[in-house]
Amino acid sequence: MPDTFTIRVNGTEHAVATDADRPLLDVLREDLALTGTKYGCGEGACRACTVLIDGEATQACITSIETAAGSEIETIEGLAASGQLHPVQQAFIDQAGMQCGYCVPGQIMTAVALLRSSPQATDEEIVAEMTGNLCRCCNYENILAAVQQAAGRAPDASAP
Amino acid sequence: MSSAGKSLPHDSAVGHVTGRALYLDDERPMLGELHVGFVGSPIAAGTLEAIDATEALALPGVVGCWTAADVPGHNLFGLISVDEPFLPAERVDYVGQPVAVIAAETPEALAAARRLVRVDCTEMPPVLDLDTAIREARFLTPQRRIARGDAGRELAKAPQRLSGVFRSGGQEQFYLESQAAIAYPGEEGRMVVHSSTQNTTEIQGVVAEMLGRGQHEVVAICKRMGGAFGGKETQASLPALMAALVAHHTGRPARVIYNKDDDMCVTGKRHEYVTRWDVGFEDDGRLLAIRFEFFSNGGAFTDLSPPVLDRTLLHADNCYYLPHVELLGRVCYTNVPPNTAFRGFGGPQAMAAMENVLESIAQHLDVDALDIRQRNLYGVGERNVTPYGQVVERNHLPEIFTQLAESCDYRRRREEIAAANAASRLTVRGLAITGVKFGISFTATFLNQGNALVNVYMDGTVQVSTGGTEMGQGLNTKIQQLVAEELGVDPRRVRLMPTSTEKNNNTSPTAASASTDINGAAAVKACREIKERLAAFAAGELAKQTGESGLQPRDVCFADDAVFSTHRPEHKIDFGGLCMAARRSRVDLGARGFFATPGIGFDQAAGQGTPFFYYTQGAAAVEVQVDRFTGELTVPRADLLIDIGRPINLGIDRGQVIGGFIQGLGWATAECLLYGERGELLSHSPTTYKIPAATDVPPVFNVALFDNDDNVQNIRRSKAVGEPPLMLGIAAWAAVKDALAQVDSAASRSFTLPATGEEILRCLSLAPQTAPQPSAAMPDG
Repeated sequence: MPDTFTIRVNGTEHAVATDADRPLLDVLREDLALTGTKYGCGEGACRACTVLIDGEATQACITSIETAAGSEIETIEGLAASGQLHPVQQAFIDQAGMQCGYCVPGQIMTAVALLRSSPQATDEEIVAEMTGNLCRCCNYENILAAVQQAAGRAPDASAP
Repeated sequence: MSSAGKSLPHDSAVGHVTGRALYLDDERPMLGELHVGFVGSPIAAGTLEAIDATEALALPGVVGCWTAADVPGHNLFGLISVDEPFLPAERVDYVGQPVAVIAAETPEALAAARRLVRVDCTEMPPVLDLDTAIREARFLTPQRRIARGDAGRELAKAPQRLSGVFRSGGQEQFYLESQAAIAYPGEEGRMVVHSSTQNTTEIQGVVAEMLGRGQHEVVAICKRMGGAFGGKETQASLPALMAALVAHHTGRPARVIYNKDDDMCVTGKRHEYVTRWDVGFEDDGRLLAIRFEFFSNGGAFTDLSPPVLDRTLLHADNCYYLPHVELLGRVCYTNVPPNTAFRGFGGPQAMAAMENVLESIAQHLDVDALDIRQRNLYGVGERNVTPYGQVVERNHLPEIFTQLAESCDYRRRREEIAAANAASRLTVRGLAITGVKFGISFTATFLNQGNALVNVYMDGTVQVSTGGTEMGQGLNTKIQQLVAEELGVDPRRVRLMPTSTEKNNNTSPTAASASTDINGAAAVKACREIKERLAAFAAGELAKQTGESGLQPRDVCFADDAVFSTHRPEHKIDFGGLCMAARRSRVDLGARGFFATPGIGFDQAAGQGTPFFYYTQGAAAVEVQVDRFTGELTVPRADLLIDIGRPINLGIDRGQVIGGFIQGLGWATAECLLYGERGELLSHSPTTYKIPAATDVPPVFNVALFDNDDNVQNIRRSKAVGEPPLMLGIAAWAAVKDALAQVDSAASRSFTLPATGEEILRCLSLAPQTAPQPSAAMPDG
């Protein structure tokens, strides 16, 4: 029997009737039509599905709706809700942080969480935090450059 | 205004960063849409006795289950050889091979139903490894051969001779967006299929055949892919067929989205190879004769294995002149999913084999491997004919090697590394420069054609559709720039539309690195046709307005979002205004361009010809460090130098270079496919299959483009960039071989690719007498 769970997503409260162990990712994508968060591997190892739960970068594919209930959830759709791109989003455009683009929402959410807790994160901190987010286009150099830009530094190896 | 040549952001950049760029599974479901999946063979080889879906069909929400008997038209497919069933009726050939298609109202019901279908088989002994397939002569294709001179005679005469067996492993494409398709049933049995595919024309073709319909009854569409890397060139077909079959039987929209484990388990990968080699050379390392015998693991069906093998034979020379040469190749049958295209398409396996030979010669002669390579590079004006008879024109390899060796400080670092190795009991370092000469064009000559539809609207904005698909390589952005440049308008006026067989028919797959070359050239031709009509019209309009007499169409200039006479550039007509007026004067503002690459051709039977339009060349210098006790590998520095002509989009092309190199580094050093005893893939998720991560980017990573303006035959003097940089990753493997040789020659001799920690440790353990042993003071582990 489905239960009803309350989650706040990008500032809006939703009551979702579903099974307790259903992944948050499926609820976001299928019930709330927030498809910016992507399915990659389904086991928390590629981080394409990264969202912020109470500010923490979290893999939505291995987080049950029951676990997420009562939390404040931020997805990629919430970042530019005002119509203005978030500085991390702008940095990804400036530094060509995308090729196929599929991993980009997850990359950006991880970077946003990092820069909120550590606005001037060092290069070492950035690599350590971002390395869990896989990019099969292997566009890592540009992705790291984008996060460096968002951390307020001119990246040393930016796209020309 | 010039837009080509600039680093314009990817045309979906804003969509990518906001999550608004839609991949197939992001499309909102249509009313009544079904979730579709498959049931796979439980065994690697055997006969199918019965499929029982009774229990599955009894579940609430399960709509139907279909098998081979339910396929209305063709059930056997294959571009090269028609040997792969959509749904097998009698025989199964690999674990997970789809044998039944199931549809349900919800993903949960689908998942439950898939587990409840019983598949009964009689198991037969499978062929699971390449050595067994070779021994038992289980081949999918006849032998391919390319030869020049008399390799046998010259090998026997050569002052120096080495031989061996070289092995390279497969590689999973690991596109993050799994295989996906949605089929919408249309009127009177027509079908629209949205597919995450590199080849809309193939999807259209296989769906039409499977339904027993004409191709005109099927539309196949691809807006974008979340990565493909070759894995969606032929293998997007099965999910598309599943969706279409269900849509056909139910009259409802049908969606197939593979989960990651299924995708990795049942789709083909880069071919594993075993290569026998035999080389004869001078005392200074100059090659005299070489024989390669390549065996690729084709898997259970032919798929693209023959052209992959062709490209192997055509790249066995890599950058080096081979006076007497015999290249042989066979595709082996094994009970794994049919192996397929992957960025490089047989080139990496050949080049790695050749670089292994050169590294082996260097170690045998105790001469620096860079000297051996430079002595054997293709020459300029001499020693420049490939084994298949194509002349290596405009060859820049000698300059590229010299420049890179200098810029990366090769000679000094060599000495430094030797000193460090002598001093360290814990680690050993290695360094190698390897090259790439990658032939651009499909080796199947007929595929070297592209078409494009350019529609200019009366406000002066433009929609462009080509046969090329966007998978992250930036094709759409580059064509947007080419069109904007040609029409003299701001690129924001130009929008690339989804690839659809309705607009672009009989297209070639987006593959062989050539999509900008052929589709971009076609788009430019369409623009020129429109411009010709507009110029004639504008000449009249400008003359009317300025009173300039005798103004000819050739005097009309398109630039800065306007047209003007070259004689009076200060008087302009805005491009939008011109289009509006032209339409009112009944001037056609749309055109379709067609481009066929000229001057190429290859006689496969003879193994001779000019298969390639030109070559993309480059070289990489990679330094590695190996832990002598754990085999752990780190890559502290890489320097790349690559000739991609005049880039159309510097930022995008540079992204292809760095991404391709890192992906090649993954193949060469880390990615390892493991199968169980019954033929099931064990490494089927990112927890067990390691692709490069951000930490794998070398801390010192210098990427430079070789300054070159001479690729005059190609669009805007650019060069293809998609695949070539992947093979620069081989330098890392060669550097590990160099490091192993510095421990002991026995450690390096049998070294295979990829250079995983396990493989390095295995090799180190072959040199027990000379390798430094852990002392009693060393901690365990």
